[in-house]
Amino acid sequence: MLTVDALTKTYKTGDKALRSVSFTVPKGQVVGLIGPSGAGKSTLIRCVNRLVEPSEGRVLLNDLDITALPAAGLRRARRRIGMIFQEYALVERLTVMENVLSGRLGYVGFWRSFLRRFGGDDIANAFRLLDRVGLMAHADKRADALSGGQRQRVGIARALAQDPELLLVDEPTASLDPKTSRQIMRLIVEICDERGLPAIINIHDVVLAQQFAQRIIGLKAGEVVFDGPPTALDESVLTRIYGEEDWTAMRRASEEDDAAERDAAERMAGMV
Amino acid sequence: MTDTAYPRQWRRPPTMIRDPRLRWALYAGALVYLVLAVGTVEVNWLRVWEGLDRGWRFVLGFLQPDFTSRWRDISQGLVESLTMTMTATVAGVIISVPIGIGAARNLAPRPIYYLCRAIIALSRSLQEIIIAILLVAMFGFGPFAGFLTLTFATIGFLSKLLAEDIEDIDEAQAEAIRATGASWGQLVNYAVQPQVMPRLIGLVLYRFDINFRESAVIGIVGAGGIGATLNTAIDRYEYDSAGAVLLIVIAIVMAAEYSSSHIRKWVQ
Repeated sequence: MLTVDALTKTYKTGDKALRSVSFTVPKGQVVGLIGPSGAGKSTLIRCVNRLVEPSEGRVLLNDLDITALPAAGLRRARRRIGMIFQEYALVERLTVMENVLSGRLGYVGFWRSFLRRFGGDDIANAFRLLDRVGLMAHADKRADALSGGQRQRVGIARALAQDPELLLVDEPTASLDPKTSRQIMRLIVEICDERGLPAIINIHDVVLAQQFAQRIIGLKAGEVVFDGPPTALDESVLTRIYGEEDWTAMRRASEEDDAAERDAAERMAGMV
Repeated sequence: MTDTAYPRQWRRPPTMIRDPRLRWALYAGALVYLVLAVGTVEVNWLRVWEGLDRGWRFVLGFLQPDFTSRWRDISQGLVESLTMTMTATVAGVIISVPIGIGAARNLAPRPIYYLCRAIIALSRSLQEIIIAILLVAMFGFGPFAGFLTLTFATIGFLSKLLAEDIEDIDEAQAEAIRATGASWGQLVNYAVQPQVMPRLIGLVLYRFDINFRESAVIGIVGAGGIGATLNTAIDRYEYDSAGAVLLIVIAIVMAAEYSSSHIRKWVQ
């Protein structure tokens, strides 16, 4: 369970990125975090594992106060928090397997990781995860040899290799096409379901968020302006979060995307 | 469609100095300075005439290089220079990698950053020949002084460029590794090293051939190697042997250049 309590972040420039944000994510819940660019979505999930240092407030992961930890304790806490990034953030010149195994870095000593001599359990688990995301055959390829969707799958496997108790997901579909985006979102949600993992997914695609998240938190200028089920996300709420826009047109365009995807899938099935 | 009369002429606006009078004044000033500066150079045309003769003998020596009569000196100088280059490059790399990491703003804490930057500044501010003169005075004539000189110069060069390369890495990859709970050493090994390695190898190869060229120069001030052989040959007016030395230096530098470009492509 994750508890965010009165979290505030003020950058050195004086920008208030977060203003007293509070919410609780129970075990197994997938939360979609939406809001316009600059609303503080990215800052919020980075404050959870302190890649960005929060100014005030607390973050509790199963009663462990992450905000109070010293450096060594913070590293131990980060092992329990998997993170998936926009643009994948794989180490491009390392192999797929090294990228997945890097999820174990918090658990092994420096020399073991330097010599790439990970334990048998770690290696077997890494292969299991690669199999789960459908990349068994690519283990020894360099990460930069993969396509966008494949790279994000490696990113997911890396996060899961940490054996996390929480997933932080930062715009996982920002550089993927609509079809691959849906596949990646589906994979993340399935995995959270399998493992009972809570997740916070930072996403700017409202339709995708509604389709896959169990709960939506809307952020605007660093404040929570909506917190509820996806079904409650109507036009007035969207206007509150994003400002005036033609929401019906957006939904219709996205339905067309969906229809095109189904259509393509049917045609593919017909060919086989 | 409306018929707005759009301008048919466009010129790029002046970017640096907007006032045309000031601009032209500066151009004129630069020209006047150039003319005056050239005027102050005293040229002794008689000596130029005499030097032409010696220069011509030098060119002839080049055209008929004599590799044989001083071959013992030449080969000894070459081996000394190559040994100096190799050892100084290796020692320089071993020392400059930690200093380069320490001088990268995104990896090192402030005090270490400033310390490493100071070491780099010191190494870069002294020219090789000056260091060689100092070290020859301290350790005597011979290749040991040359080895120390080249090592010292390598540290400034490699550390600075490595540090700048580390500061330019893709932060997202480093952030992802940090998010797994990796320690500082693991961060360097997993997120930084893969990103900077190809360029580091390229820089080391480049420094290798700079060191070889420098070894010929610092030999002239007594730091041993092929430079000492060259100096002796010129002192004895043996321009054919000097020509042979220069040709060998050129050949080795070209070979190093050619092979390093291949290796760089291969490590990408």
